Amino acid sequence: MNASAILASVAILGGVALTFAILIALANKKLKVWEDPRIDAVSELLPGSNCGACGAAGCRAFAEELVAGTRQPAQCTQLGGEDIIDIAEYLGVEAGTAQKRVARLLCAGGSHVTLRWAEYRGLETCGAAAAVAAGGKGCAWSCLGLADCERVCDYDAIYMNDVGLPVVIPDRCTACGDCVEACPRDLFTIMPLEQRLIVQCKSLLEGEEAEELCEVACNGCGLCATDAAPGLIEMKNSLAVIDYSNNELADPAATARCPTGAIVWVEGQQFAEKPQPARSQVA
Amino acid sequence: MPYKRTFRHGVHPPELKELTEKVKIRRLPFPDEVVLPLSQHTGKPAKPLVQAGDRVERADKLAEADGFISAPVHASASGTITAIDLWPHPDGSYKPAIRIAVERYSPQAARPRIIPRWEGLTPPQIVQAVQDGGVVGLGGAAFPTHVKLAPSKDVSIDTIVINGCECEPYLTTDHHIMAEYPERVHLGIRIMARALGVDRVMIGIEKNKPDAIEAIRATLPADLNVTVHPLTVKYPQGAEKMLIEALLKREVPSGKLPLHVGVVVQNVGSCAAIAEIFETGLPLIERIVTVTGRGVAEPANLIVPVGTKVRDLIDACGGLTEDAHEVVFGGPMMGAPQANLDVPVLKGTTGVIVLSEAETRRKESFACIRCGHCLDACPVFLNPQLLGQMALAGRYLETEDHHIWDCMLCGCCSYVCPSNIPLSQLFQVTRTAIRRLKTEAAA
Repeated sequence: MNASAILASVAILGGVALTFAILIALANKKLKVWEDPRIDAVSELLPGSNCGACGAAGCRAFAEELVAGTRQPAQCTQLGGEDIIDIAEYLGVEAGTAQKRVARLLCAGGSHVTLRWAEYRGLETCGAAAAVAAGGKGCAWSCLGLADCERVCDYDAIYMNDVGLPVVIPDRCTACGDCVEACPRDLFTIMPLEQRLIVQCKSLLEGEEAEELCEVACNGCGLCATDAAPGLIEMKNSLAVIDYSNNELADPAATARCPTGAIVWVEGQQFAEKPQPARSQVA
Repeated sequence: MPYKRTFRHGVHPPELKELTEKVKIRRLPFPDEVVLPLSQHTGKPAKPLVQAGDRVERADKLAEADGFISAPVHASASGTITAIDLWPHPDGSYKPAIRIAVERYSPQAARPRIIPRWEGLTPPQIVQAVQDGGVVGLGGAAFPTHVKLAPSKDVSIDTIVINGCECEPYLTTDHHIMAEYPERVHLGIRIMARALGVDRVMIGIEKNKPDAIEAIRATLPADLNVTVHPLTVKYPQGAEKMLIEALLKREVPSGKLPLHVGVVVQNVGSCAAIAEIFETGLPLIERIVTVTGRGVAEPANLIVPVGTKVRDLIDACGGLTEDAHEVVFGGPMMGAPQANLDVPVLKGTTGVIVLSEAETRRKESFACIRCGHCLDACPVFLNPQLLGQMALAGRYLETEDHHIWDCMLCGCCSYVCPSNIPLSQLFQVTRTAIRRLKTEAAA
């Protein structure tokens, strides 16, 4: 074998490799983008589920905002207290405070209190039932009870109770809003846990018409608006609407005279596993 | 006929028309209350012109059209307006409606009115008169008829197709309109031909209505180029795009309307309603409804005031039988099931069908076996099994690439599926989901 041919090829390939190595080394110097190493570290500490409840596009985007100091660690809705303190200590910032927000269902019409006109047979999803004569339920605004929200929840925070209403477990809810999108009746809303006064009804019917369909419907009587502090509750389209910008005025007294129990004062979880009979049945 | 006129694909459900095929149309007595929803047509709801407490005569205008793609609502009976508020609508929701307590001993006469002579009107005047008459497509979709009579300038219409197929099982509404009022149908055709400036009219009637074909043929006008075409019986021949294919061998492109291939399709009932405006001066305040099915004691074809509650219709037909299980508006293939018997008959309600337990029993669904029956049934040549799999997986936006919007929800795929997969219901859910996703993305 010709030794010079071997040497020549080694030299050529070695030369080419060396040239590119130098080019790459130069490019690395010249085009380097410095990234704060803390972003990677903070990303590691975040849950990484990209739920979006904090308002950032994902966990990495939230980490960038944390490092930049525009957000506070407590605004992550998923982490517990210790994890938040870890991030705060690592970054040397205040953990901050955030309002705990949860998904609330604006309907209390379980199968024990609502009128059902017809039996729905078909695809077992709320989206399908909503398109077929309102799923057979009397109230056209009510929860269909076929658990689209339960299926879509990534955190097992929703389960269906005995009367077919979804129960949100506040500790597990990250306020990501997937259930809000899933509900064909738009019954879910994300609100701070400390907004305890809730009108659990969306029916636009009034008076006996509303009560015939559902024992816990808001019948638009306006008693709660009279009892509450001025400016807190307003009647709109025969439905009590709470102005949460005045939430500090809220107090359980507003629920005292509600004839149907449509307006409630909620501490923590919204519905019980086995719900009580409606107020009108008790009296 | 040398070749069998029909479209490609489709299914052959049992016709079941024998219950009312031979029953002559009769008039329903005025009910105690009529409920007239402001939204009875495709397009914007009408704007009310009256208030609770007003007294109205039959045929008075109660609500005016809001824009061009909208239709007014007229009183279908004389009486007093008790309320304008939410009332159950056949689509399952509550919609604003005008309620009239009908006067018990009223002659139910309309106010004297000037009836225009259509021969003297220009096409735009005819279109205006049709809109003022509140005429909408009576075949079920309830698209305002005048819109179809005023196509934009950049399309040229060469043919009017009159839809007398009535391919849905059970229904005999159009059948009886053609068999009992053929002159009125022909007058409507004449007026439309004048409004559109078209002289070729084709009437498509399925062969299972020989008496209707005969009646329409016997009254054919000599001075217009109107031809009657008996068609092979198949579902969904009454879908306008299928009918155009059957009669003219033209295919309406994806996302386009019949007028893009030079055709306007009208239902025979709409023709008769147009004729009525120029014959008696009455707007669309009553329609013919087939009340049928094994769950009704005496099935019948009835002339009913628009806004009559289903309860009154069923009572007039001898009430429900023991076996009654489900009430459907429209045909059994595409109709909307009703949960509440207080919903009113709308302008577009072709029939009220009460099905028995055996007919509505839901069969267990199994996994797709990829047999391809649905592909052979789909009249618009989609791939229902693929779309169904995507819908089940929640991949809604992807179905748009496979033309979910060309689906007309005719239900042929669900009908033939050996695994009982509710395909057309899945597509309905998918389309609602896509609309929601798009509005959320826009917001």
